Amino acid sequence: MKFIAFVVVLITGALLIYATVDMPDWGDPNSPANTHVSPRYLEESLEKTATPNVVTAVLADYRGYDTLGETTVIFTAGVVCILLLRRSRK
Amino acid sequence: MINRFEDVIIQTICRLLVPPIQLFALYVIAHGHYSPGGGFQGGCILAASFILLVIAYDLKEASKRMSEKINIMYCCIGVIIYSGIGLLCVILGSNYLDYGILNSIIPVEPAAARSLGILGVEIGVGIAVMAVMVSIFINIASGGEHGESEELE
Repeated sequence: MKFIAFVVVLITGALLIYATVDMPDWGDPNSPANTHVSPRYLEESLEKTATPNVVTAVLADYRGYDTLGETTVIFTAGVVCILLLRRSRK
Repeated sequence: MINRFEDVIIQTICRLLVPPIQLFALYVIAHGHYSPGGGFQGGCILAASFILLVIAYDLKEASKRMSEKINIMYCCIGVIIYSGIGLLCVILGSNYLDYGILNSIIPVEPAAARSLGILGVEIGVGIAVMAVMVSIFINIASGGEHGESEELE
């Protein structure tokens, strides 16, 4: 049984390594991630949002929905923690 | 439950440390536009100052500064600030979380209005993260009893 699991792990690992060969090079300026919206963020974010920190501009403005979701996740974690752990003696 | 442990050195050092930590947390939140930082990080530092107070003193002493009820209210207020700013943009006639339209109520340029919108959102995130971190810490540290079992023993 252990041998079969080892073979499965080996095959999966080989597939993953085979897949990484097709990925763009590290920091390649012509890769899709660097040619789609990134240049627009870098060039226009200061002028459009008056925020020198591009990370903050992307986090809170361009990706505002995402950050709203993150805040809701943290809020939910807190509420669930209270619901599960809080024991009132009254 | 964290029991009270009298130690002059620890308590004095913590009392001296808490205000600078909170000041630094506010700096991290407010300065997120210019340097690494923002709501999540600043909220965590703010929560750390409160947790330090709980560790150095005890839960009862710390609860005088921020009670459980107010803490839960802060959790909700943070999320409400964030979604409220988004809703304000809809009411003013733009898309959800499109802060540029805020310049119709604040007399600034649309770009500066976006900057202010980001700041407001970061403040909301900071409040929510701070309250949730403190709430989770107190619930786990006291086993969900918030120091109430002491009176029964």
